[in-house]
Amino acid sequence: MSRATPALGRAAGRAVDSGLPRLLAGVDGHGGMSLREHLATHGELPGERSHRRREAPLIELLEHAGLRGRGGAGFPTAKKLRAVASARRRAIVVINAAEGEPASLKDRTLCELTPHLMLDGGQLAAQAVGADELIVCVGESSPDSLDSVAEAIAERRGLPGAPARVHLSVVPSGYLAGQESALVSHLNGGPAIPRFTPPMPFEQGVRRRPTLVSNAETLAHIALIARHGSAWFRVLGVGSQPGSALLTLSGAVADPGVYEIEHGASLASVVAAAGGASGRVRAALVGGYAGTWIDGGLLNGVALSDEHLAPHGAALGAGVVVLLSAHACPVAETVRVASWLAEQGAGQCGPCLNGLNALAATLEQLLQGAAQGNSVRRIERLASLTRGRGACGHPDGAVRFVLSAVRVFSEEFADHARHGPCDACARPAELALPVDPRAGRLRGDPVPVA
Amino acid sequence: MSDRLRLNPIACQAHGMCAELLPERITLDEWGYPLIEDERVPHTLIVHARRAAQACPTFALLLERDRRRD
Amino acid sequence: MNDVLAASSGSVYWYLTRSTGAVALLLLTSAIVLGVVDVRRWSTPQWPRFVVDSLHRNVSLLAMVFLALHVLTSVLDSFAPISLLDAFVPFAGAYRRLWLGLGAIALDLLLAVTLTSLLRQRLGYASWRAVHWLTYASWPIALLHGFGTGSDAASAWLLALSIACAAIVLLAVLARALAGWPEHLGRRSAALGGAGAFSLFLLLWLPAGPLGSAWARRSGTPSSLLGHRPSHARPATERR
Repeated sequence: MSRATPALGRAAGRAVDSGLPRLLAGVDGHGGMSLREHLATHGELPGERSHRRREAPLIELLEHAGLRGRGGAGFPTAKKLRAVASARRRAIVVINAAEGEPASLKDRTLCELTPHLMLDGGQLAAQAVGADELIVCVGESSPDSLDSVAEAIAERRGLPGAPARVHLSVVPSGYLAGQESALVSHLNGGPAIPRFTPPMPFEQGVRRRPTLVSNAETLAHIALIARHGSAWFRVLGVGSQPGSALLTLSGAVADPGVYEIEHGASLASVVAAAGGASGRVRAALVGGYAGTWIDGGLLNGVALSDEHLAPHGAALGAGVVVLLSAHACPVAETVRVASWLAEQGAGQCGPCLNGLNALAATLEQLLQGAAQGNSVRRIERLASLTRGRGACGHPDGAVRFVLSAVRVFSEEFADHARHGPCDACARPAELALPVDPRAGRLRGDPVPVA
Repeated sequence: MSDRLRLNPIACQAHGMCAELLPERITLDEWGYPLIEDERVPHTLIVHARRAAQACPTFALLLERDRRRD
Repeated sequence: MNDVLAASSGSVYWYLTRSTGAVALLLLTSAIVLGVVDVRRWSTPQWPRFVVDSLHRNVSLLAMVFLALHVLTSVLDSFAPISLLDAFVPFAGAYRRLWLGLGAIALDLLLAVTLTSLLRQRLGYASWRAVHWLTYASWPIALLHGFGTGSDAASAWLLALSIACAAIVLLAVLARALAGWPEHLGRRSAALGGAGAFSLFLLLWLPAGPLGSAWARRSGTPSSLLGHRPSHARPATERR
């Protein structure tokens, strides 16, 4: 286990497991690593091999490594690169560090402490797909990330093998702003909201050119796989999900922050490395605010890989785990987040807009004990009406979050339906939500970025 | 090869003409948005499906050739 | 005998021009009404949405057919020197230049709307919609053209028809502007203001203009034609 602490500049960087840290190697919390420090830590970037050939050996390397996207969707990276490389027009590579998920800090961490890793990955990917332009997308609510990335880009000017154009794009805050088609829409001068696909960005993206949109962490892994090989990558992790990953652990834990784990590591070991839980844990939210709740009693048996999470109905997603303490009111937390998810929708698709609003309203009624009729049945019906009927995955995620909450917290929900608000309802929120995007602050109990 | 119905949920503004013209496949939910029960369109319904797609004021309903085997 | 024939054939086209023009005005009015009913999503089990929508499209196309006949017959009418070009190029003709020119403008706008509607699939929704707004501009221009160009604007039936259509369109514009109120307040207020201003203009101008004295001369009828055809023209039998 190794961790990094972006905002306060403190870092542990201790390698608990052999082979780690990989992405977080050399991170010492004294600001971002310079290009020199980066090269000293990771070694030189592999030479520009066969940059005239569209399909470089990099893609084969990634295929053998079994790397999957780390932005939440988990799409096989080699497949994506191959699709972009085989397009006729000249491609564009986009590094997605927009990180709209409130409980995720990993991309921010990469940007602020080790930006050259993802930039290396972006450069390598650009060579592999024949792109002449690299765009780094960072959220407007992370001024530190913006500064760090801008500095890193400036440092790399004139680096051999760099794409002809490398520039930074500031992405508006918003949960959906980092969604692939939304990002492309923003880069095309439009609003940062999802567009109807097909055509997919890899076919027609920025300026109608084939566009590779990759999460910052995915590209960081590419930078290391290119240096050390696919076998090296597979030393850690599990067969179905090799390699390491960045996990943002927050909530009822002593030292919340970003930790690098190997896929398949037990949740218990990560929590232990984070100083242990700060009290009894009621449940864990895995995968982000559109993820799945897992009951506290089951957590000791939970391992962090999609394969191991599947029996719990969960997936690792963008590597987010939030521990909910036993002091919180899970119903109030669920209602808060469900309302926020409804608000964060682009409002373009009727079923999502109507469905998520109706779900939030029903949950609110339940919370207040003002539920009419069988609320759980209504929630299930609304969920089936909403799921899969939007242009993006937002309604699906929100529905998954709500349904797992109703299932895991069935007792508390039943209590609220009968008796209305409980004592814990008035407590400050444990699942923090962005309130002032420009200041990058979170409301509710601040999730310590330390 | 068959034809498939696909909905662009962003373009759809719940005019509801598709459900009027192809009730065999499309019903409307409580908010007026289309629910496509089965995307596949058999030859017997192809004329109606085409008409439904052409009637949509916002081009939200698409009728596409599909090479997938069901 | 030849005189009579010549005179009557001129009259036939003149009648056809006026009648197709009146029918076109009626159909365009219906098209606007149906368009507003369509966009406001009015429907009953007997009048489903697709019927209202098809009716709007078909009535609009029919209006264009009558408009084509209107243009054709006005060109064929040997009385007034109107060429085919004058139908499309505003203010190029010698006959009642301003008022005929308005007709050309209205026609051009409607042609744009028709063409974009026929090519909707290729153009995409946004472009089609943008052009479609021109229908609201074309109607008052067509109405003014009718009042200004016609030699019998003062005839009771045509006046009544025109005023009735204007009232109907005014109501339709009101219904349209109120849909979704108060979103886009600026645009809606501008639309209502414009409609109101136009109505006021009509009330003030009609008595002084087309319904007033010597309109034929004031509207730009070439002096060579003045006095040959009285404003309440009767068929050839009345002419020498």
